[in-house]
Amino acid sequence: MDGLLQQIFNGLVSGSFYALLALGLSVIFGMLGVVNFAHGAFYMLGAFGAFILLDSFGLSWWLALFVVPAVLGIVGMVLERTLVHRLVALDPLYNFLLTFGIALILQDLMRLRYGVQSQPFSRPELLDGSLNLGLFSYPKYQVFVLLFSIVISGLVWLVLTRTRVGMVVRAATERADLSQALGINVGRWVTPVFGFGIALAGLAGVLAAPMRAVNSSMGGDLIIVIFAVVVIGGLGSVFGSVTAGYVVGMLTAVGNFYLPALSQSLVFILMALVLLLRPAGLFGREEGVHA
Amino acid sequence: MLRVRGLTATYGEARVLQDVSLDVESGQVVTLVGRNGAGKTTLLRCLMGLHRSMEGTIELDDRDITRLSPHQRCRAGLGYVPDDRGIYASLNVEENLTLPPTVGPDAWSLEQVYEAFPVLADRRRQAGTHLSGGEQQMLSIARVLRMGSRLLLCDEPTEGLSPLLVQQIGDILRNVKAHGVTVLLIEQNVHFASTVADRHHLIAQGRLVESLDNAEVKEREHELLEYLGI
Repeated sequence: MDGLLQQIFNGLVSGSFYALLALGLSVIFGMLGVVNFAHGAFYMLGAFGAFILLDSFGLSWWLALFVVPAVLGIVGMVLERTLVHRLVALDPLYNFLLTFGIALILQDLMRLRYGVQSQPFSRPELLDGSLNLGLFSYPKYQVFVLLFSIVISGLVWLVLTRTRVGMVVRAATERADLSQALGINVGRWVTPVFGFGIALAGLAGVLAAPMRAVNSSMGGDLIIVIFAVVVIGGLGSVFGSVTAGYVVGMLTAVGNFYLPALSQSLVFILMALVLLLRPAGLFGREEGVHA
Repeated sequence: MLRVRGLTATYGEARVLQDVSLDVESGQVVTLVGRNGAGKTTLLRCLMGLHRSMEGTIELDDRDITRLSPHQRCRAGLGYVPDDRGIYASLNVEENLTLPPTVGPDAWSLEQVYEAFPVLADRRRQAGTHLSGGEQQMLSIARVLRMGSRLLLCDEPTEGLSPLLVQQIGDILRNVKAHGVTVLLIEQNVHFASTVADRHHLIAQGRLVESLDNAEVKEREHELLEYLGI
């Protein structure tokens, strides 16, 4: 029983990464109609960012937690202004070519510099060691990741549901065209939203650095699962993406416990089931398809 | 107030509107009548700037708005009530009302809206799409009134509504007109159209074929109904 509980906890921690990545991917898709295949690469850059700051500049992981997402957010905004916004008028195939191309370029650049082996990264001192959770003890760092991602998701949710900006983003995510016709300058929000999504990916990367292998392919391995998470949660549904992130993390961990042979495919079986029963995703709405 | 000249619109290879010219005078209610697929909705989408593959010019109060983006046209005074009502599922009723900016001096306050549409006040915290079809239609019209738009583009607001609700929409439109707002209305229900509008434009296969006043519509109601295939 303790083993299972521990697995569930592991699953929630994985789910934290899924949630942060799916959240950004979902907002970007909703607002721009762009499926960002480079999302995993920015997660990878986030982890490398933390590594480079520590390794080359001696700056602590805590600082990286703020600096790296901010820098990547700006990179994202520049990318949106220079390349991504051109996709709007083009066939969706170009969306795939551009963002997948960006992912490959970023991956290879890091491979060129750091090779394929993983870079060592130790946990910040403050979060080293274990925490006794009653039934079992659990690494402090993992507990921090889980709580931190819940807080971030919660903050995003508050901004989205309680502020004027959030209302505009929700409306534009649901139906960009209609929002234009109702006097909202959707174009003005597109760049910051894209940057924000990228910043979240970077943040997930910084969080991953001390507990996952930091190497150039870490994002590519994860992004496929994230797409499944977004589809399960419902395309364009922010709440759905976050919830699906934690649920998928938990289910895969439990599946791993009972059916280790299926652990890699469980998430896709779940996706197929959701698509069969609720084609718009668990929290998706048919209306969302307009976006 | 609104002047359209030589408007031609295409969907890929297909021409859906051909050389449409049309004037709407300030304070009038004008309908576009025609069969499904005649190009009425595309015409409104062109006016709103949502359909981009078009030629011709659109002027609002002698200002050329042909090159403006949809949000600029909205701010210039166009209020869009789309055919699917355009209610956001992720916004509650009050958010649906307050999302757009106010664009004119005659913008209704929330209190005025709730007084005119009590059902919206009762449901202000519910998701927009939890309303019934008729209530969503009210919400969609109330939204452009709250913006203070000067020219409403209403895409068949009575479609699928019960006779009682159609009557209510009629009252609202007459009330809107009394406030000096101009309305361009798509309507299949010729009889209803003649009770709210001043002029009627008949559209067939992407062309504006005839313009009629109310007396002519009443006179030729049967012919028109047959023509519309209703």
